[in-house]
Amino acid sequence: MYKYDEIDQAIVDERVKQYSDQTRRFLDGELTDEEFRPLRLQNGLYIQRHAPMLRIAVPYGMLSSRQLRKLGDIAKRYDRSYGHFSTRQNLQLNWPKLEDVPEILAELATVQMHAIQTSGNCIRNITADQFAGVAPDEVIDPRAIAEIIRQWSTFHPEFALLPRKFKIAVSGTKQDRAIIQAHDIGLEFYLDNQNKMAIRVWAGGGLGRTPILGSVVREHLEWQHVLTYCEAIIRVYNLHGRRDNAYKARIKILVKALGIEEFSRQVEEEWQYLKDSPNTITEAELERVAKHFTKMPYEPLPAHDSSFDSAVASNPAFAAWVKRNTHPHQQPGYRAVTLSLKTHGQAPGDATSEQMRIVADFADEYSFGELRVAHEQNLILADVKLSDLYPLWEKARAAGLATSNIGLLTDIICCPGGDFCSLANAKSIPIAEAIQMQFDDLDYLYDIGDLELNISGCMNACGHHHIGHIGILGVDKDGSEWYQVTIGGKQGNDASLGTVLGPSFAAEEMPGVIQKLIDVYVRERTPEERFIDTVRRIGVAPFKTHVYGEKKKEAVHA
Amino acid sequence: MPNKSNLILNNAIVDDEWTLVTMPVVEEAVKKQAGKVVLFKLTGEATHTAEQIANTVIPCSGKILVPLSVWMARREELASRHTAGELGIWLDTHELLEDLASAIGDINSLPLIAVHVERFADGRIFSIGNLLRTRYHYKNDLRAFGDVLRDQLFFLKRCGFNSYLIRADRSAEDALASLQDFSQPYQGAVDINQPVWRRVNRQPAPQ
Ligand code: SF4
Repeated sequence: MYKYDEIDQAIVDERVKQYSDQTRRFLDGELTDEEFRPLRLQNGLYIQRHAPMLRIAVPYGMLSSRQLRKLGDIAKRYDRSYGHFSTRQNLQLNWPKLEDVPEILAELATVQMHAIQTSGNCIRNITADQFAGVAPDEVIDPRAIAEIIRQWSTFHPEFALLPRKFKIAVSGTKQDRAIIQAHDIGLEFYLDNQNKMAIRVWAGGGLGRTPILGSVVREHLEWQHVLTYCEAIIRVYNLHGRRDNAYKARIKILVKALGIEEFSRQVEEEWQYLKDSPNTITEAELERVAKHFTKMPYEPLPAHDSSFDSAVASNPAFAAWVKRNTHPHQQPGYRAVTLSLKTHGQAPGDATSEQMRIVADFADEYSFGELRVAHEQNLILADVKLSDLYPLWEKARAAGLATSNIGLLTDIICCPGGDFCSLANAKSIPIAEAIQMQFDDLDYLYDIGDLELNISGCMNACGHHHIGHIGILGVDKDGSEWYQVTIGGKQGNDASLGTVLGPSFAAEEMPGVIQKLIDVYVRERTPEERFIDTVRRIGVAPFKTHVYGEKKKEAVHA
Repeated sequence: MPNKSNLILNNAIVDDEWTLVTMPVVEEAVKKQAGKVVLFKLTGEATHTAEQIANTVIPCSGKILVPLSVWMARREELASRHTAGELGIWLDTHELLEDLASAIGDINSLPLIAVHVERFADGRIFSIGNLLRTRYHYKNDLRAFGDVLRDQLFFLKRCGFNSYLIRADRSAEDALASLQDFSQPYQGAVDINQPVWRRVNRQPAPQ
């Protein structure tokens, strides 16, 4: 993974100094709340319900074991010994003290980490496929360009105060796993007919209050131009995006208002001036950065391992974990492993300091000292030998990190919601926990099969509920907490937004509602169909009838 | 004691030689949207009435910094000041640079252009500075004024501004220091147009 040179280090060190002074001025009363707000936000510090929340950047989800150990350590010293991995692949601390933050940032800087631009109206952390560099369906490893974009976007002077937050995702695989269509800019890497790295540029996607999937602004962009092309897009947005209404300020609203043709025309016109300007990436720079993302020093191994095969054959629990939580790899004899942060009854995406330490040890022992954060809020060891899977599984099980539920109903994607977030309409974690309890039988979960369930505590959609096969959204009705359900959303190449089922439900109804949705699926499915396929084939109506049928009758009697 | 200047020009605090000309204030209906007061005007939105422009008082001597819309409507009256090098123009962040360019033959005949930022969070000022320098090739003094605070100076400088009138209740000395916040920025911008990888030979950090 990328390692800082003196220049990178100087920037984070200078940031620590700058932010320490900003905090001091705020505490001394030299800065008002309103003036300090964008400064702290651009450093990932929110003021939340109970305490500040600090969001630490994990660029495109990559972490070294040393960094994870430091995060665990920081969570222990400055927080309540746990952290939350978010759908933006970042780590959030829920209880730091505002006056400790400069010190935390100084600690982070010692392991080449920071919290720069993890919040605020600026270019946020770049996100990527968690299997970048190891996925068999990968055409191009996008991480070198992602790192170049990270550097370019860091303190980009022209885009320091955009109308609203700005999110970029990169993907270089056949099957998109980075939800590029749900980002302000999505960069899809491919090999063009000259066999050169090229980019299909998407813009104007986003979830939130007005969920919209992105449109293609440019089919073919040579990689050298990615920074200047992003500058053209963001400049059009910076000048013309709405600033008068925060709910209409994302780029998707501008793209929709102008229409994709007109928007693209303006971008292209702007780009004519920027094309070939000094921010055009050189071969030498790509090569320098790409050196940090070369293949791991793999052992040449056969595609099969007899000890692994016999463990799978003799141990059904291990076999189930292998099936759900390990993933194919480019290199024969290796697998990628998902360590589940979705243990039943626990807040999805949370990891204790102790677990962070343990996972860091796993990374050192089994996966070249590196790991990744998935946007589904799990941790990934990307390069594990087949022969190491069994010992790893045993240790992970002991640490509560081996729930065999990846991609299943209980692998719930869930925002912090009303327990922590001051923007929330409703709590989300207790809903996740109740559903995990209801569906505690693994065999039943396997029978249900692939199913993504996403929960957001409000319209901001941090839990990506619109693209969940089942999406749950917290809504506020007359001051009490209700939940709206959507079905039929999906991430990936054939992304779609879910359809609202009908009137919202009370918290205690939710496990029952999910059960009814599953019942319809089990009744209607053909042997090969996943939940999402059945919804797409038969439509929302049968689900609706089953869920609301009895409710309606009750209403008639009342 | 004389009033202390809050104007930074290049890297020093200097006295302001320019008289800022503003339009007479009219009662503006407070626009609200979704229960909130509208804080920013949309780019290209017309916001001055002909009456305001006509009633703007222009001092008859000395260097004057005039609103763009006043210059556009009252060019003849101001022509001699322009020729004498006593005319600067200021615009708001929602005003269009196209208007400025078409209202002045040679943009470099203006010794000063100033951009007014009503609220510091309005980042359009950065693109405006950049465009003035790179697209319109403006070479003379470029000033930011209004809600100008030290934490934006570094960005303003990188976007081509070389002068900043710090908000009256803040110290310009403190603000000066922030121009040095970062020693080696990553990306090329207006002030240093080469990105870091074209400026220095980057080596991996010693492990
Ligand atoms: S979706 Fe809403 S409640 Fe959940 S974390 Fe985001 S802002 Fe907070």
